[in-house]
Amino acid sequence: MKFAEILTSCRASSDWSPLVQSIPYARFLNLRIDIKGDAFTCILPFDQKLIGNPVLPALHGGATGGFLECAGMFYLLLQTETQSLPKTIDFNIDYLRTGLAQDTYANVVMVKQGRRVANLRIEAWQSSPDKPIALGHCNFMLGA
Amino acid sequence: MAETMNSEEEFAQRWQKFAHVSPYNRELGLLPHSVRPDWCVLKVDYKDGLVGDPNTRVLHGGVITALLDAAFGFSIFVKMPQIRPMATLDLRIDYLKPATPDKAVLGGAVCYKLTSELAFVRGCAYHESPDDPIATAVGIYMFTGGRTVIRNEEVPR
Repeated sequence: MKFAEILTSCRASSDWSPLVQSIPYARFLNLRIDIKGDAFTCILPFDQKLIGNPVLPALHGGATGGFLECAGMFYLLLQTETQSLPKTIDFNIDYLRTGLAQDTYANVVMVKQGRRVANLRIEAWQSSPDKPIALGHCNFMLGA
Repeated sequence: MAETMNSEEEFAQRWQKFAHVSPYNRELGLLPHSVRPDWCVLKVDYKDGLVGDPNTRVLHGGVITALLDAAFGFSIFVKMPQIRPMATLDLRIDYLKPATPDKAVLGGAVCYKLTSELAFVRGCAYHESPDDPIATAVGIYMFTGGRTVIRNEEVPR
């Protein structure tokens, strides 16, 4: 099945797992998407392979960063009518707390949706949403 | 000339153990390519499992993020007489062009300012030359307490 077809069927069924499965990197991270009403949450289940510093232990900054980027991308696929994947223009990550060896959640705020560019703020958290472990701020070029 | 190359490669190989202390680096297959204080390079081979867009087969930005984050860390360690534990404070990446499918990506970095508490780093991801980058990046790292991931005696010099 083509990507656009998967996207259409996911939008119709509200089951986003086929979309996650269609993107190898998202499958590699084993991401899940949870939508309750207007609330969008992307989940990164903990896995030993995500560790960057085995002494602490702490999640790899690249794993947290990649997760934030995926969360933003899935949010845009859900919120906009785009038929192709948005392209990342730039990505700014503030690492606020150590990412512990546990599941991580991400919530997304659309700061501005333009015709061609979407500006997003993405917060990753573990124990509680008011204690974010990382904050992503990014521009995505929206596809056709 | 060939001899210089070999010793540089051999030196990079000794750093491999250090890179692979991190399970995530190991999982992505990040490898030291050339480890020099003025330009520290790590490499990630193309893998179908790391693709971000199935239509174009371009690697996901998260792979570039991890490559640059790891290269940034290396570029700081090679500048210090003793390695110290540290954490990424912030990282900014600009994506200039997509990575070419089936090609390995190099991540080069230089730590251009080191203080007692912070390290400032810049670098880029590219295929052949840093003059034709896939992504450019800057980052700030903060030294923390605790144990280092590898003992200082084991750090290749």
